[in-house]
Amino acid sequence: MIQIKNISKIFKSGDSEIRAIDGISFSIPEGQFVAITGKSGSGKSTLLYQMGLLDIPTHGEIFIDGIEAVNLEEEDRTSLRLHALGYIFQDYAVLPTLTALENVMVPLLMQGVEFEAAEKLAIKALDKVGLKDRMHNLPSQLSGGQQQRVSIARAIGHDPKIIFADEPTANLDSETSASVLETFVELNKAGQTIIMVTHEPEYALLADRVIQLADGVIVSDKMRK
Amino acid sequence: MPKKTSWFHRFETDLAVGGFLAKRDLKRASKWTTFLISFVMLFTFLNLVVVSGILVGLIQGSFDQNRKFDTGDVIISPFQNTDVVNQSQQVIQIVQSVPSVQNYSYRYTKGGSVTADYRDVLLKDQKANSMGTTIAGIDPEKEDATTHLSSLLVEGDYLKPTDSDSVLLGSDLLATYNTNQFPGFSPITGVGIGSKVLITIGGSSKEFFVKGIVKSKINNVRNRAFIIESEFRKLAARDSLNVNEIAIVLNNTMTPDQAKQILIADGVGEYGRVQTSIEALPSFLIQVQDTFSILGNVISAIGLVVAAITIFIVIFVNAITRRRYIGILKGIGITPRAILVSYMWQALFYAIVGSLFGALVVFGFLKPYFDVHPINFPFSDGILVATVSGTAIRAGVLIFATVIAGYIPARMVIKQNTLDAILGR
Repeated sequence: MIQIKNISKIFKSGDSEIRAIDGISFSIPEGQFVAITGKSGSGKSTLLYQMGLLDIPTHGEIFIDGIEAVNLEEEDRTSLRLHALGYIFQDYAVLPTLTALENVMVPLLMQGVEFEAAEKLAIKALDKVGLKDRMHNLPSQLSGGQQQRVSIARAIGHDPKIIFADEPTANLDSETSASVLETFVELNKAGQTIIMVTHEPEYALLADRVIQLADGVIVSDKMRK
Repeated sequence: MPKKTSWFHRFETDLAVGGFLAKRDLKRASKWTTFLISFVMLFTFLNLVVVSGILVGLIQGSFDQNRKFDTGDVIISPFQNTDVVNQSQQVIQIVQSVPSVQNYSYRYTKGGSVTADYRDVLLKDQKANSMGTTIAGIDPEKEDATTHLSSLLVEGDYLKPTDSDSVLLGSDLLATYNTNQFPGFSPITGVGIGSKVLITIGGSSKEFFVKGIVKSKINNVRNRAFIIESEFRKLAARDSLNVNEIAIVLNNTMTPDQAKQILIADGVGEYGRVQTSIEALPSFLIQVQDTFSILGNVISAIGLVVAAITIFIVIFVNAITRRRYIGILKGIGITPRAILVSYMWQALFYAIVGSLFGALVVFGFLKPYFDVHPINFPFSDGILVATVSGTAIRAGVLIFATVIAGYIPARMVIKQNTLDAILGR
């Protein structure tokens, strides 16, 4: 499903270099729920951005469904993100001028799905995360947890192969966090591949596999189930 | 890898998604901001159409008045080396035979003078209360049917064909109406309706009662004295029936150029000069119109640049303050083209709203208003020249400039790194 080969991300600051991730390699098969953990600055989010094609690694290769994604043209990378990947950001990243329903519909419309069909799929995704009754609300009319659910619905609405979640519970209270994580577990049970970055060890325990980073390298990679 | 779709399909999707985003952005934007931007576009449109329209209209008003009150659509006048239109009666017969001729009027003209207080004995060095002018002999009925002379009366009554001892005076001949005081110029004083004046042509003079006073922006009306043709010929001792001017008004079945060509083809060109009303205008008026047109276009162009800059700033501020929003869109796979299109839709919306309201103001209010209340200029009654086609072209220019002005800043922001935009760094 996703194969990472020796990727590094080096940031330059004046004459000095910061190796945010350094020569990491691993593979994730379809349907796996992977938690990437580590302390702040360990490189876990940077790794997620490279795998999610939001950033380009300095070295290395990333294969998604057999396609080498690092050297793709920008338009093809965008297309791959649109069709194959879903994102859930730490601060929800919902679009403020769109309602919950419209937020979920946008990627579907971009895929060329007809308006009515996109609306149906979006409602279905919102129903899955328990937000069908708030679908006409703007993000400003929703709580943080509800906004994160919109973000999840948007990520799953177009049925992506992989969902990337960057500290999805960082801004939520413990009760809402548990509810969001429960949603992830249910999605994973249904066969969804999920890669989640978290610095909370107890949340990582919900995943099938936990990859721990420190100073940009993998220090442990354990299967839990 | 998702399968490749056709260029057209991708373009169609970009347009649809761009439209989806733009519609919601506009719907949920501040109403005041939308109103303000549309207001700026409205005034830009008015600047584009009205400023040049008024400048051109000042001269167009003069053209129209010359045609309506003096030359008609086509005018026949003597060649430069002759005093009269040769074989005038034959020419008139040809004019009558052209089917599209609605009315015509012939005029006899000659230089003369109008004198008031002519019975008073002048003291040494005292100037007579007199003014040199062109005396015109007309058929009052034909003249009125052709150039609506009676509509220009400001005092008194119009001439009847039997008014052998009456005269219509142009307002510029009278001090009451003409306050110009340049050296050597002295309009007649103390003359009104019923006054007696002495009209002299060559060595012959005759007393006339002032029956009416006509006022117009047209020189050939306001500077002339009009008497009936039979009295003119007696006074000017003109034996022949050759006239000096034949003004022709056409119905709508023929253009002035077509009528001119027919008259020339029928031989009129051998006896006199055949000109359309535009050709008969003083050349300085044409030059002034060209100059005003250039001036109008320059002012319009400045307005257009101001509008483009306004939209540029609005879209730039909008895009730069929503850098993260754009980053998220790109992050979730929305193409930069679709995002660009959304900004271009918004710019298009502002330009179309401004142009539509502008057109409504121009054709619903300003044009009808200026038609009824023209701007009072010394040489014309200025109107607003705004044709539907001309206005549509200007609206098109405004819309094009606005869309480009929306495209550039959006493109500048969209080119930024997606992740940096999402993370706000």
